[in-house]
Amino acid sequence: MSLVDDTATPAPEKPRHRPARIPRTPMPERDAAKRAKDFEEVTLGYTEEMARAEASRCLQCKNPTCIEGCPVNIDIKSFIGEMINGDYHAAVAVLKERNALPAVCGRVCPQEEQCEAQCVLAKKGESVAIGRLERWLGDFDLACELEGRCVPVVGEDTGKRVAVVGSGPAGLACAGELRRFGHAVTIFESLHATGGVLTYGIPEFRLPKHIVQAEVGLLEEMGVEIVCDVVVGATYTIDELMAEEGFDAVFVGNGAGLPMFMGIPGENLNGVYSANEFLTRANLMRAYDFPKVDTPIWRGRKVAVVGGGNVAMDAARTAKRLGAEEVFLVYRRTADEMPARKEEVHHAQEEGVEFKMLCSPVEVLGKDGWVTGIVANTMELGEPDASGRRAPVCVMGADFTIDCDTVIMALGTRANPLLPKTTPDMELSKRGYIVADENGATSKPGVYAGGDIVTGSATVILAMGAGKRAARAMDEWLMGTAR
Amino acid sequence: MFPIVHARQLSDAVFEMGVHAPAIAKKAKAGQFLMLRIDEDGERIPLTFSDWSAEEGWIRFIFMRVGKTTHKLSNLGVGDSLADVVGPLGVPTHVEDMGRVVVVGGGVGTAVAYPVARAMCAAGAEVTVIVGARNADLVILEDEFRALPLKELIVTTDDGSAGRKDLVTAPLKELCEAGAVDHAMAIGPVIMMKFCAATTREYKVPTVVSLNPIMVDGTGMCGACRCTVDGETKFGCVDGPDFDGHAVDFEELMSRQRVYSDDERLADAEYDRECRCHS
Ligand SMILES: Cc1cc2nc3c(=O)[nH]c(=O)nc-3n(C[C@H](O)[C@H](O)[C@H](O)COP(=O)(O)OP(=O)(O)OC[C@H]3O[C@@H](n4cnc5c(N)ncnc54)[C@H](O)[C@@H]3O)c2cc1C
Ligand SMILES: Cc1cc2nc3c(=O)[nH]c(=O)nc-3n(C[C@H](O)[C@H](O)[C@H](O)COP(=O)(O)OP(=O)(O)OC[C@H]3O[C@@H](n4cnc5c(N)ncnc54)[C@H](O)[C@@H]3O)c2cc1C
Ligand code: SF4
Ligand code: SF4
Ligand code: FES
Repeated sequence: MSLVDDTATPAPEKPRHRPARIPRTPMPERDAAKRAKDFEEVTLGYTEEMARAEASRCLQCKNPTCIEGCPVNIDIKSFIGEMINGDYHAAVAVLKERNALPAVCGRVCPQEEQCEAQCVLAKKGESVAIGRLERWLGDFDLACELEGRCVPVVGEDTGKRVAVVGSGPAGLACAGELRRFGHAVTIFESLHATGGVLTYGIPEFRLPKHIVQAEVGLLEEMGVEIVCDVVVGATYTIDELMAEEGFDAVFVGNGAGLPMFMGIPGENLNGVYSANEFLTRANLMRAYDFPKVDTPIWRGRKVAVVGGGNVAMDAARTAKRLGAEEVFLVYRRTADEMPARKEEVHHAQEEGVEFKMLCSPVEVLGKDGWVTGIVANTMELGEPDASGRRAPVCVMGADFTIDCDTVIMALGTRANPLLPKTTPDMELSKRGYIVADENGATSKPGVYAGGDIVTGSATVILAMGAGKRAARAMDEWLMGTAR
Repeated sequence: MFPIVHARQLSDAVFEMGVHAPAIAKKAKAGQFLMLRIDEDGERIPLTFSDWSAEEGWIRFIFMRVGKTTHKLSNLGVGDSLADVVGPLGVPTHVEDMGRVVVVGGGVGTAVAYPVARAMCAAGAEVTVIVGARNADLVILEDEFRALPLKELIVTTDDGSAGRKDLVTAPLKELCEAGAVDHAMAIGPVIMMKFCAATTREYKVPTVVSLNPIMVDGTGMCGACRCTVDGETKFGCVDGPDFDGHAVDFEELMSRQRVYSDDERLADAEYDRECRCHS
């Protein structure tokens, strides 16, 4: 306000935000016994009232540390600020500046380690439920009629064509951003459905598929062409896309989809699955509906899942829902070291998944070709290793047997060599991942990459961030100038 | 959608089908396969290319009716479409520098043997083909094979209703014994490939087999197709389907093919009942 001209009417000042001193708003969830029998979503999401109440807890800090915790630096303070004002459309717009899929990330981001860990209220263990607010806004946006939705504006046609390989979070984010710049975009997906891990890996009860499909529908609305059933590296090589099919640039977001096994005896017995196969049959192929749908799945009664990440939790909880009486989670460290999200670990325990910690399988036992159990070593925690976690070491002579008829290996994934093999001039790391700079540029001109295929298995938000960053670099490369 | 442009019944349970899929037809090579899904509720199943035309944009495959999916497929014809066709997948069969080679096709495996034999002929090999079937009605593609510049075509049947009354391994053994072959390739039921490999091992004739493990994606993503070769786990869809027949664990493969047998029988029986109700 001017001190000189005191006749001027002061701009109406917003009422100062007074943070509510209430505890963190819990998220309604379905009863564990009931939900463990079906594939419907476990958490129900906030109501509008709950969302407003939770938003009102935010201090609207001068120095909002939460933002640094988000890998794509969403302006968390502003979006919550808009919620406090009751302008949900504006709040969605703030989210979408950085994150094309808020309804997805609000559900699956490891918020407790990212944005929420950096919230100033976290010290008291009462950080603002940023992820749940994001989910609520994402769902609000999806529920709006298309006109009401925050549909990104498509830029003027540039005459450039870009091919995007893979329709996982990296590919989807990249395609959306490229389209906003006005480039013609075609996504090539090897499976018959879009979404990548969001569709074939993460189960319906954690991320309903209609949400993923709505986001893909929005991209189509923006004019992105999506072609399924095309394996780049087989149906077309990258060189063919650029030389024969008329694409000026290519983004590779093909994920890290090759499942790892332990290399122990008995691993190829019937009843041993990779988590990828088990989850693909259950999610993508909807085998839980067999024989109404044509893809079968072996429904074990006693299931051992090996691993401690999100993938292991998803496999264990899916096995429960397919009717297993007992599901064991076999992990070589302790529950504290598990890389899975705390919330998912908690949900799995509630649903009756039994944790067998500090044990590592050394052999899968079988009879007549089928699994009958696993032999596991007892482990103890030793000195911290390179990852900073205490490394499990084997306790000699303390192996034991776990009876089971199904084993699911959730040990992580590696890079699939199918595409790189046909692109010899694209540099790879020693472990087969694509080498790309911070903008996603690979060693091959016009070819960019991002997501799990560059970083190794990571997170949805990191893959999306990489896709988006690459899109900006590609735009600059295509147009010869920065915007 | 992939329109069906050709459909022909070859024998009681064996069918040939052609699909319009120009991008795939342009790239297909002998020994490679496709994954198809008939409709929204369908299973993804692998089938090998039996023929293709890059110019006309079609691919063909030959399949045996064994379960629900192949049963459903056998009920489709020109004018229908398949929801999904993906390919070409797998490593093409090695056809160069084969010298004197014998290609053995058993049952529906004969369909795969045909493009392989054709490609080997084109690459300048001296090709002998052995085709085996249970009886004369089940011998497929005989005319097509006769049109190739083969050294010899040997037909065997279990009951002697066509060609020699023998198993394919009998003429295979004779050829090996005579020192008349440098390489062998066997494609057919696992048990047949196993015995072919056992036959040639004695004579140290390098033998390639085309494995058919159960698959889901066909691109290396799930590991359903793992096979043990030389004590190591390989993925049939991306490392194969061709492997050294002398190093394959056939028992494991046969066992793994049976994982869903009971379920599949149920599903097919139900489908069969539905078909009858509607007709
Ligand atoms: C079961 C499971 C649970 C998870 N849970 C979480 C979670 O809770 N939170 C979280 O943040 N992250 C989670 N993750 C990790 C997260 O899903 C991944 O980091 C993320 O999906 C990577 O995205 P992407 O786009 O790089 O690859 P992907 O999602 O793997 O997508 C790659 C796509 O490319 C396609 N493709 C592959 N090869 C080709 C080709 N040659 N041609 C054409 N298309 C091709 C694939 O079919 C796929 O659709 C989970 C992962 C799994 C497997
Ligand atoms: C790389 C590859 C190439 C193939 N090429 C051909 C081909 O050219 N022509 C052809 O007829 N078949 C081929 N097969 C086999 C074909 O995929 C199966 O017959 C088909 O999946 C059966 O589906 P279904 O639903 O009709 O039968 P299902 O109900 O799934 O199975 C019926 C019976 O067939 C057995 N079976 C299931 N899957 C397979 C399999 N992958 N291989 C062998 N037996 C199986 C089952 O154990 C069961 O007893 C190929 C398989 C592979 C892996
Ligand atoms: S995207 Fe993930 S890390 Fe970023 S604010 Fe949203 S929930 Fe937090
Ligand atoms: S740090 Fe926490 S309280 Fe502060 S602005 Fe961010 S979310 Fe609100
Ligand atoms: S079929 Fe899935 S990896 Fe081979």
